[in-house]
Amino acid sequence: MIRTIQASQITDAVTDLFLKANRFIGDDVLDSITSAMEVEPSPQGKAVLNQLIQNYEIAKEELMPVCQDTGMAVVFIEIGQDVHIANGGLEEAINEGVRQAYEKGYLRKSVVGDPLFNRTNTKDNTPAIIYPRIVPGDKVHILAVAKGFGSENMSALKMLVPADGIEGVKKFILQTVENAGPNPCPPIVVGVGIGGTFELAALMAKRMTAAPLTRRNKNPEYAALEDELLEKINKLGIGPAGIGGQTTALKVNIASAATHIAGLPVAVNICCHAARHAETTI
Amino acid sequence: MDKSIRIQLPLDDKTVRSLKAGDSVLLSGSLYTGRDAAHKRLIELLDKGEKLPIDIDGQVIYYVGPAPAQPGHPVGSAGPTTSYRMDPYTPRLIELGLKGMVGKGKRNQAVIDAMKKHGAVYFGAVGGAAALIAKSITKVEVVAYPDLGAEAIHRFEIKDFPAVVLIDAEGNNMYEIGPALYKKIDV
Repeated sequence: MIRTIQASQITDAVTDLFLKANRFIGDDVLDSITSAMEVEPSPQGKAVLNQLIQNYEIAKEELMPVCQDTGMAVVFIEIGQDVHIANGGLEEAINEGVRQAYEKGYLRKSVVGDPLFNRTNTKDNTPAIIYPRIVPGDKVHILAVAKGFGSENMSALKMLVPADGIEGVKKFILQTVENAGPNPCPPIVVGVGIGGTFELAALMAKRMTAAPLTRRNKNPEYAALEDELLEKINKLGIGPAGIGGQTTALKVNIASAATHIAGLPVAVNICCHAARHAETTI
Repeated sequence: MDKSIRIQLPLDDKTVRSLKAGDSVLLSGSLYTGRDAAHKRLIELLDKGEKLPIDIDGQVIYYVGPAPAQPGHPVGSAGPTTSYRMDPYTPRLIELGLKGMVGKGKRNQAVIDAMKKHGAVYFGAVGGAAALIAKSITKVEVVAYPDLGAEAIHRFEIKDFPAVVLIDAEGNNMYEIGPALYKKIDV
């Protein structure tokens, strides 16, 4: 049985998701920062965390975006193979949703149409970056990520080789976080993609920035690696806003994939504390 | 924040020299906004030997591209953007009398050298505390480059804007001093 979903339903869902993501920080982030505040030894670091919590409350009450950088709109969309999208193109439906959210929500339009020669603002925050995937079933799942560029600019990818091994991977991730220092608005969320190809590693890392902070990796070896990296990152001294302390990251989330016998790609996508994402199923 | 020092903007030399890295401050008065595109245009004007659209002598620039204002609000969320992107342009502006910058993140040595030589201070606002910061902005006016939208140069009137001195006019750097106290491992 083919299920028909109107393109306008996709548009409406995308609009709602970007409004929600930009105005309301997730409980996982709020809980994580609240717990960190109890143990943060730096008084100034603690004051920063307190400001962040106050900021989230103000944003929620006044329906303001939690950060002025309301991001580039990244959409992960899983489309059931038994779904027919009617009365409009999928990409345009998503872009229209972004357009409406950024206009209605007084969100900043931060996209330029050409990266190099003509950096003119497109004035509606489109185009969105869209990652579609065809999956079994008759549902559509949409994950909307508002990705700020202060942290995006601090991200890195390296094509390690098999001989670099686990130690090489750890070192690259820690170096990336240390080099970023205060710039990506710590405490950060560290999304990591290991394996696959050049672009798959980056895509996995991006997806991991929008995974819940309460996520527990199902693979015990990767779960232990996430824990170890988080502990080490929080010993780098960077701290909240980078002015010193032990709350540098809230979570390290790793995704992995099969890779080539010659390769060990590692991508580190950094997200600020305002990890803004929302999802829904149609 | 009860230990915060109240600072009136624009800044005079004596105030600049009195501030030390790590000081918590509450800024009041007026400052200009500017980020990548506006800085590029300012420096292009200087390269052509032309006059800037604003007199920056004694002034402070806040690196911000605010979100649009909701009806009844002077401004939308307005937290700092990452400052290093303005580093290529900043020493020229400090030479012309720019006394302060508000942003977040590291600065390069050329900026710090210019700050020491001419007497300027770098304040940090908390990145991502944008709705909270907006509360301390009372009046907003576009003064140059309206075509740049959020990136236009605005004049903000601010009242008790919360910030920290990140780098003072002697070059003391909170991004070195603070983390050194809590660093427990080397990568």
